[in-house]
Amino acid sequence: MINQQSNRFFFNVDWITILVYVALCIVGFVNIYASVFNVSDTSFNFSSNYGKQLIYIVAGLVLGFSILLLEAKFFSVFSPIVYGVTIILLIVVLIVGRNVGGNQAWISLGGGFRLQPSEFAKFGTALLLARYIGNFNPKFRDFKSIAIAGLIMLIPLTLIMLQPDAGSALVFLSFMFPMYREGLSGYFLLIFLGMIVLFIADFLVPIQILIPIILSIGGFFVYQNRRKQKLMFSAVLVTAVAIAYLFLVKVAYEKVLKPHQRTRIELILGLKMDPKGVGYNVIQSKIAIGSGQLTGRGFLEGTQTKYGYVPAQSTDFIFSTIGEEWGFAGCTIVIGLYLFLLLRLINLAERQRSTFSRVYGYCVACILFFHVFINIGMAIGIVPVIGIPLPFISYGGSSLWSFTILLFIFLKLDSNRMGFI
Amino acid sequence: MDNLFNRKYIVQGLFILISLILLGTLFYIQVFSDKYFLSAKFNVLRRIYTFPARGVILDRNEKILVQNEPVYDLMVIPNEVKPFDTIALCDIIGIDTVRFHKNFRKAVNQSRFQPNILEKQLSVNIYQTLSEQLSRFPGFFVQSRTIRQYPDSIAGHFVGYIKEVTKKDIERSEGYYRSGDYKGKSGVELAYEKELRGERGVVNMMYDAKNVPKGSYAEGKFDTAAVSGEQLISSLDIRIQKMGEELMKNKIGSIVAIEPATGEILAFVSSPGYDPNLMVGRQQGNNYMELLKNPNRVFNIRPIMGYYSPGSAFKPLDALIGLQEGVIDPNTTFFCPHYYKAGNLKVKCEHYDGDIALRLGLARSCNTYACYVFQKLITQRKYKNQRIAYDAWQKKVKLWGLGDTLGVDLPGERTGRLYDAAWYSEKYKQRKWGYTNVISLAIGQGEMDATPLQMANIMAAIANRGYYIKPHLVKSIGKNHVISKEYVKKNYVGVDTRHFNPVIDGMQDAVNAPWGTAIESRIDGIVMCGKTGTVQNPRGKNHSVFIGFAPRDNPKIAIAVIVENAGYGGSYAAPIASYLTEKYLKDSITSKARLAQVEWMKNQVILPLPPKPKIKAKVISGDSTAKDSTEKKVLPRPNNIRQTISTK
Repeated sequence: MINQQSNRFFFNVDWITILVYVALCIVGFVNIYASVFNVSDTSFNFSSNYGKQLIYIVAGLVLGFSILLLEAKFFSVFSPIVYGVTIILLIVVLIVGRNVGGNQAWISLGGGFRLQPSEFAKFGTALLLARYIGNFNPKFRDFKSIAIAGLIMLIPLTLIMLQPDAGSALVFLSFMFPMYREGLSGYFLLIFLGMIVLFIADFLVPIQILIPIILSIGGFFVYQNRRKQKLMFSAVLVTAVAIAYLFLVKVAYEKVLKPHQRTRIELILGLKMDPKGVGYNVIQSKIAIGSGQLTGRGFLEGTQTKYGYVPAQSTDFIFSTIGEEWGFAGCTIVIGLYLFLLLRLINLAERQRSTFSRVYGYCVACILFFHVFINIGMAIGIVPVIGIPLPFISYGGSSLWSFTILLFIFLKLDSNRMGFI
Repeated sequence: MDNLFNRKYIVQGLFILISLILLGTLFYIQVFSDKYFLSAKFNVLRRIYTFPARGVILDRNEKILVQNEPVYDLMVIPNEVKPFDTIALCDIIGIDTVRFHKNFRKAVNQSRFQPNILEKQLSVNIYQTLSEQLSRFPGFFVQSRTIRQYPDSIAGHFVGYIKEVTKKDIERSEGYYRSGDYKGKSGVELAYEKELRGERGVVNMMYDAKNVPKGSYAEGKFDTAAVSGEQLISSLDIRIQKMGEELMKNKIGSIVAIEPATGEILAFVSSPGYDPNLMVGRQQGNNYMELLKNPNRVFNIRPIMGYYSPGSAFKPLDALIGLQEGVIDPNTTFFCPHYYKAGNLKVKCEHYDGDIALRLGLARSCNTYACYVFQKLITQRKYKNQRIAYDAWQKKVKLWGLGDTLGVDLPGERTGRLYDAAWYSEKYKQRKWGYTNVISLAIGQGEMDATPLQMANIMAAIANRGYYIKPHLVKSIGKNHVISKEYVKKNYVGVDTRHFNPVIDGMQDAVNAPWGTAIESRIDGIVMCGKTGTVQNPRGKNHSVFIGFAPRDNPKIAIAVIVENAGYGGSYAAPIASYLTEKYLKDSITSKARLAQVEWMKNQVILPLPPKPKIKAKVISGDSTAKDSTEKKVLPRPNNIRQTISTK
């Protein structure tokens, strides 16, 4: 049976997903072309960003189809090794890495090419997490399994934090969703959400008002559950932890975060106006996107894009080009493509027979989701500026390839869903 | 499957929810709000104005009177300024940091996002240094414009000056002027502002994030090119204008010369004058304040603002009106006993000729003759009373352009003074009044004032034998040589052509006959006709006046010269007129003796205030011919009249 499948490499491959993938790559190429387009020099140039991106896309496709040629079992078997290698790379990059834009995230490969290990750590982690859950089917009812899975997630997260690349590190929190799917209590997500809400509230509301509010809410729950001792105790605990958390955030904010990170957070929360400083990116990005209006200015017609008003426009802020030149219509199509891809990946994951494949599928979908949400969110100013790429669209070999690998591993697993791993 | 399967929907629901949030936000900033769209425009587009060169002003022979010179304004867009070396920039443009910060604050107050002028009118040299280093100063750029330049430094009062517009100018212009624009403030610059200023051009330039221009918006569909101002050909003749200004140096007064056939003003000298080049550039304000300090009121445009009694220069009009009315003929004689007496009023006459007729009366400038003619005019039988007769006379005089503005194309012209009968009735409080009360008008004194322009215009009318064309300073406008119709229309003065010759005879004698009052101003080969005047000045020494035209037949130039506080008309005004006439008609002054006189005249200082006239210097200079021309006493016969009106 295995031989039979090997002979028919692309049997059962989900071509629709590949189609969406190619479409997104093309969208990326077109908009990178527009972002670096120079009116005075229209000749095609392979040393320019769009030229390189074309090479990356072609190489990515080759890479993707090579993955389809591999044995499906390989990924499950070698997942600890892949994970180990990426962890080692993450340690190496901290020692010998090149510092680009304040983050020590790159390993130089020579010839102008650089590798960003944090990109590859994503699928390394996804694979190991899938393997762990697939093998032990823990359901996350006990502390041990949560701790192990949490550790798999937190090791790369911590190493990336040390670079320090908060944006990429944050992406690893997306592994909470596959864990949730596999049985992790929804409370974890709620606690997580609560932490975010409290974090924001901490800045917007003075602490002398915030604490009475929390105390009264906590008091209400304590009163409600006064007959159930255990619940009452939990409510007291949660209230106490929440208040402790508030102070912790304040301290951490002042002591741990760098000034530019603090500024970004304050800008997003509307506590600061800084149109020429850190806020410049966001304001210019919003202006570019907003100027696209309903149908956009048209390909190569975006003045904000052409004249370089948005920094990092071919990488992190590529969405501003889409917004300006293709308008709301173009944005809707792109977001629609992503949503379609994400929903389909979940559906594909759910049809897997092996837990490993399903967990991995969820990991892929959630990682992509995090990137899309945060990237577009920061381009339109509803999420702090944390530099993470827009999957398949942003310029850059490392990110494109890592997303390609991430996706095609799943496609391979999916095409092999009838087999056993 | 287990109930964990349902968690799929929660995850997918989250994906959908977040996508909808993203799309909702996008909808708001892209479709609902146009704030960002406008900001994008604002980011990229900047209206760059190109300033048209003001129209060039030429003299009648198309020599340049006023031209343009490039200067550069340092502009700043405060919002784009990044920290820079203030001291280095100040050094380059040559100002101190205090001034720099003051200007910068002003610019910030005006607009943070629009270009504002930081420092005006930098020279070409500064511009060159600056443009090399401009990249060191983000947010700053240079805008070129032109300022006026006057190659001969002459005719300041005629050309006027331009100045930055005031807030009021901007309001009144209904959107034409913008802060920092320049506009004519006086003279021709003001009178012909619309023609001279041209049209400002605008380029909707697109800029990239580094402030590098990237070409014009929509391929220049909304751009307009600057249109240079129209070229003006003025009526001035640089040669005599310049000579006139030199002759009037250190004197107070005016020269107006008119081409009778066209009404074109050939020379327009107001003294004291100023170098128009002082009124441009960064020192304009300081220079202006300095000039204002001059007690002799530099900015008074005397040819059209100065009030002078015409004095004896009015006498030809007496005769002409008398001839036209038929109260005299050329041979009518009056007996001059050295004075004119009517009732208890006596008008002195400074010569004694006994019976005197028209020709000699004018040549000798006889007060008695003039008064008799006036008496006859006012006592004509055809009028019911003398008041009515006076009104009729006054109307005839007005036809000559007295008592009202002539309508010259220069702002600030004044009317002069000439009153109607009602005014006198008011003055004499219903008492009967008659010619004796106003007899001084016969000799151009009393309640009569004329501007030098009006006096020259009277001469033009006489030269034309009966009409004048409104004097004007601009011969033609633009390439098509447009000229306003009012400046070609003949204005008749109500005296028939045949009456002019007898009067002109007298005026010819005044300059050419040995007994004339201006005999030493005779020009070889040119028959100049004229009339001297010595005008009483209640505040000091008499004003020297001469009006005339030349040549007698087919006159080419009519001229009025007034030199304040210079005494007899024959001593300063007449020679100056003769030099200019000769220069204009012959292109140069041939005789060496007269050339020397010209030089002597240029060096004369006649100012009412210290420094006092350097009479000694004149003697020491020892130029005999020059001395002759001014020392009245050496003449064989009393040739100047001192008019005094004394009421006993």
